[in-house]
Amino acid sequence: MSFLDYFKGKKSNNTANVAKERLQIIVAHERGQRDQPDYLPQLQQELLAVIRKYVQISDDMVQVEVDRNESCSILELNVTLPER
Amino acid sequence: MARIIVVTSGKGGVGKTTTSASISTGLAKRGHKTVVIDFDVGLRNLDLIMNCERRVVYDFVNVIQGEASLNQALIRDKRVNTLYILPASQTREKEALTKEGVEKVINELSETFDYIVCDSPAGIEHGAMMALYYADEAVVVTNPEVSSVRDSDRILGILQSKSRRAEMSQDPVKEHLLLTRYNPARVERGEMLSVADVEEILAIPLLGVIPESQIVLNASNQGVPVILEEDSDAGQAYEDAVARLLGEEREHRFMTSQKKGFFSRMFKGG
Repeated sequence: MSFLDYFKGKKSNNTANVAKERLQIIVAHERGQRDQPDYLPQLQQELLAVIRKYVQISDDMVQVEVDRNESCSILELNVTLPER
Repeated sequence: MARIIVVTSGKGGVGKTTTSASISTGLAKRGHKTVVIDFDVGLRNLDLIMNCERRVVYDFVNVIQGEASLNQALIRDKRVNTLYILPASQTREKEALTKEGVEKVINELSETFDYIVCDSPAGIEHGAMMALYYADEAVVVTNPEVSSVRDSDRILGILQSKSRRAEMSQDPVKEHLLLTRYNPARVERGEMLSVADVEEILAIPLLGVIPESQIVLNASNQGVPVILEEDSDAGQAYEDAVARLLGEEREHRFMTSQKKGFFSRMFKGG
């Protein structure tokens, strides 16, 4: 800090907080995908292609997730159809 | 039975080899018979950091392939006599580190050593996977910086799913966070993630905080593990980390900046 800066006071932009918030979001997202089987992205693409034969939907309107319980796994498919 | 410790991070350049050199030297200094293995086939550097680059005759891959015995390949440290280095191969393909080959070498070392420290290469490819596969404990080296923290989280996921302990459903690999290149003054100015921030995101126990220090470069220039620079802050921080690794309770140091006086701030800049 130079002589003049000392009197101007500290800058208020706290970049560490921005870093922390960004990290919390991306890490939470990646942890969610960590246990997912490898075939999931391709399955999502192919499902999207099938649905598009009938209804025009965008990429983010199909969500595929696998929920693992102790005795079984559930493949959860969530398709949002556009409003008519 | 030796305790197997992997030093890993995902991201490169965060201080894995520096840490491997210091932790293995610290364990050996306390009388534990320790070997440190360089898993970075093709880009070996542990030998330089440990100042034994001119004494390498045989390497890890030679031992795996039966071209040399372990005793021929192990290099005894000249400063600490309970410390040995097993260098990586500089010329072979990474794939020469087979799972079976690595296991054979680790089993043989386990018979006579107390600690086996595995210095992982960067990334999450074959060499890094082999370095962490047999681990009992992991020291995850992280810089207070977004890409390093994210990569550390990825490595933690791999330790929890792809290590031998995970595959065999044994007790999980014991994880330790080592935050390196920490600059308390920048943290106080809000320019760098704090220890608490990184702990909160990664959610693993803190082994130590190594302050950013000019000593680290000076030490590597000369091939001296930082922990042997006993008067330096970074050296003492590594010493504390080794003590904690062995179960000692030690208060964390070097986490706040040395406040400069009014005059030095006015005239020298802060």
